[in-house]
Amino acid sequence: MNYASFLQLHDELSLLAVIVILLIYDVFAGEKAMRYFQPIAIILVGIHTILNCFPRDPFDVAGGMYQYVPMLTYIKTILNIGTIIVFLQAHKWLNSAESIIRRGEFYFLTLCTLLGMYFMMSAGHFLMFFIGIETASIPMATLVAFNKFNHKSSEAGAKYLLSAVFATGISLFGMSLIYGVSGTLYFADLSTILTGGPLQLLALVFFAIGLFFKISLVPFHLWTPDVYEGAPTSITSYLSVISKGSAVFILFTIFVKVFGNMISDWQSILYGLIVISITLANIFAIRQKNLKRFLAYSSISQAGYIMLAVISGSAVGMSSLVYYVLVYMFSNLAVFGVVQTIENQSGKIQISDYNGLYQTNPKLSVVMMLALFSLAGIPPFAGFFSKFFVFSAAAQQGFYVLLFIALLNTIISLYYYLLVVKAMFLTKSENPIEVVESDNAMKISLVVCTIAIVVIGLFSSIYNQIAVFGFGI
Amino acid sequence: MNFLSIFVLIPLLMMIGLFFAKNRSQINFIAATGSVILLILTGILTYMYLDARAAGDMAEMLFRADTVWYAPFNIHYSVGVDGVSVAMIILTSIIVFTGVFASWRIDPLPKEFFLWFFLLTIGVYGFFISIDLFTMFMYYEIALIPMYLLIGVWGTGAKEYAAMKLTLMLMGGSALLLVGILGIYFLSGAESMNILDIAQKTIPLSAQYYLFPLTFMGFGVLGALFPFHTWSPDGHASAPTAVSMLHAGVLMKLGGYGAFRVAMYLMPEAAHEMAWIFLILTGISVIYGAFSAVVQTDLKYINAYSSVSHCGLVLFAILMMNETAMTGAIMQMLSHGLMTALFFALIGMIYGRTHTRDIRLMGGLMKVLPFLGVSYVIAGLASLGLPGLSGFVAEMTIFVGSFQETDTFHRVLTIVAASSIVITAVYILRVVGKILFGKVQDAHHEELTDATWWERISVVTLIIAIIALGSLPLWISNMIHDSLLPVVANLMR
Repeated sequence: MNYASFLQLHDELSLLAVIVILLIYDVFAGEKAMRYFQPIAIILVGIHTILNCFPRDPFDVAGGMYQYVPMLTYIKTILNIGTIIVFLQAHKWLNSAESIIRRGEFYFLTLCTLLGMYFMMSAGHFLMFFIGIETASIPMATLVAFNKFNHKSSEAGAKYLLSAVFATGISLFGMSLIYGVSGTLYFADLSTILTGGPLQLLALVFFAIGLFFKISLVPFHLWTPDVYEGAPTSITSYLSVISKGSAVFILFTIFVKVFGNMISDWQSILYGLIVISITLANIFAIRQKNLKRFLAYSSISQAGYIMLAVISGSAVGMSSLVYYVLVYMFSNLAVFGVVQTIENQSGKIQISDYNGLYQTNPKLSVVMMLALFSLAGIPPFAGFFSKFFVFSAAAQQGFYVLLFIALLNTIISLYYYLLVVKAMFLTKSENPIEVVESDNAMKISLVVCTIAIVVIGLFSSIYNQIAVFGFGI
Repeated sequence: MNFLSIFVLIPLLMMIGLFFAKNRSQINFIAATGSVILLILTGILTYMYLDARAAGDMAEMLFRADTVWYAPFNIHYSVGVDGVSVAMIILTSIIVFTGVFASWRIDPLPKEFFLWFFLLTIGVYGFFISIDLFTMFMYYEIALIPMYLLIGVWGTGAKEYAAMKLTLMLMGGSALLLVGILGIYFLSGAESMNILDIAQKTIPLSAQYYLFPLTFMGFGVLGALFPFHTWSPDGHASAPTAVSMLHAGVLMKLGGYGAFRVAMYLMPEAAHEMAWIFLILTGISVIYGAFSAVVQTDLKYINAYSSVSHCGLVLFAILMMNETAMTGAIMQMLSHGLMTALFFALIGMIYGRTHTRDIRLMGGLMKVLPFLGVSYVIAGLASLGLPGLSGFVAEMTIFVGSFQETDTFHRVLTIVAASSIVITAVYILRVVGKILFGKVQDAHHEELTDATWWERISVVTLIIAIIALGSLPLWISNMIHDSLLPVVANLMR
């Protein structure tokens, strides 16, 4: 591997540079300079995003360990933007008394997980994939336990770590089986070798479980509600959007690139998973009182919808998936932004606390409502378009019954999203949450999310642009 | 800029204007101006349409515009109108105009009310001008969701329950519809989601067998097809006046229009095979709705069930699949839209004064509220089909058309459906006799004041439209009839 090809990894290199700069800054800066730490962090990630948002021609580095396809630029840019929004939303929380001394760690750890996801998504070899997924998981567990004196947060951290380790263990076992049947771990070589023998099927299942855990599909979702509830809200939103988005992307890539000949096998696995994920998550979501647990179940069912794009296994499915991640990111981050604003100020997190929110906080209520409508797939908001495209991708491959089940579930999901809207707009309350003041960073993030929710669907150029690279292979 | 797109653009501009409006008079000014502009544009559109047809333009859809929207899925923003769409746009404009005046004093939050109201309007106009399945479906859903907040916030009675029930049931309908639409697009092998393109293709019969019921039921939910009509009575009873007017007057017509434009037009073979199932269901709608209206005591429930009955007749006539009955169906959409809007407007006005809708607690209102009383009688007479008013023309056409189907099955159903006219007379006359004539039941009712100027505008406009449609139906029925020919031709192939 020569110097020039090393530089081709400039996505990862520039992110690494950002991480190192921030780490050094955090260690050596004095009290006064630390005041500029957060703006600098956001600006650096912003520069990193802009520098790396232009798609290039596909190439391999390190003999195929690292594979680049243009679609990676899109998904990485989406994740970068999501990270910036999470940073903006975390601004106020990080300045609070209990977390101010640890804010450097927050940025460092978050960007480390992002770097891990980069490597994971660009992997052309199972070893690279494994290093990536571990780099993403371990700092994530630390982040979940960020409020270490909070009993729920540390419990959630332990839970996340243990389940992550378990899932990765199973996944590793799958990889060792793959190596056992084929004698190689390069994606490019595997696609012709893996044709669907019983042992290969076993390898597929074991391997995929690790990613299903990350995406939190039923029945690998059991950690999700507890971790979402226990983790600080900024981390929860990061976990639900960025971590999930990258895992879905690499799942699709590996299924198509490596297990391309076993398409009917993994399609039937996904078929079952989608049905139970969407249905169970929706039914559980109805019964939730805590908004963060509610959003956890909502994100599980959303993951099920994203899988509709994966099950199609087509180029249209890939572009629909990336588009879905984009839209889902803005909608979910808007919801989490509002939840976080209110939680920081008043500590209230129950759905019933939101009764009569429109009387006191009309703007926050409207943002929340638009974001929930987008999650529920109501036009003219972006969520309608992204849902329609994943449904189309599935319908194109003839999964009409699956589509029908998924659509019936959208009714249930609309019901529970409307429960929150109902609490905010319809239910009158004697003592609604008092007027909440959000800081400028949060305001910017909410405005960006809201504009994105309204605009992305109506301006088709974004989807058309993503679709240009369809598969990128 | 395409002329038709202006119908979507104006409500959008009004919403932006409303967003910046400061007080009630500004809000009312924007709403009134916008709805007048829409009404005038509708007049221009009608004139242009008739003019183009008279000049011999025989294209299936006029004023076409077509822009590629989502290229990977061949989704186009594609608009165009035929006589049926023009008729529906006329109806919408009249009802939006009168609805604005009926909610002149809406309370609380007038700004938010009109914002949602005009979002609903965008959905309705957009649906009627679209000829692309995707945009059609999108506008259909845009029209659904404002209902939740409009009923939930501004409604009366068990509003939260009614709003949730209505939204979820209609969403269920659109879930069926989406499967249907995707199936139609992918299985027809058409190059775009444009209805006119798909109509040129033949969808495999095996696929039609499940796509036709999905699409027909999907639209049928909104058209109050038995047994999916149950959202309608609760929803209409709880909704605020203008929303009941728009919903019963126009939104329920989306169901009939869609069933006709998508289900019947694109899947004629299955329509022939499966019409009998839906004919029975619509027959039940017609009779069941009418009988239910007889026993209700709440004015809005009576009218809501009567809507179920009348809208059932629309679907019933569409399924007869001949020109006359289908023309009657579209006429019935117009006529029922105007009538029911008038009813709901009057009921809202009466309720605003008496604070009750229970017919047992009212009486002798003709003496206290002569204007509203007389208008109510006119609406009632139109509803039970008095010649010269719109109801007669529509129902007459439907039954004449239905009787052309000579086999026993159709004959029996026609006779059963026609008997609903008698039942209609029962519940209309019962209500009129009970609340308008006789002794005044409540001493407080003696002091009530008659309609205000904005209420009079709303009521008079609707009455004029009903009389116009009843006395001079020929131009509009010819316009509709000519536009039905391609659909009927497709059904005959």
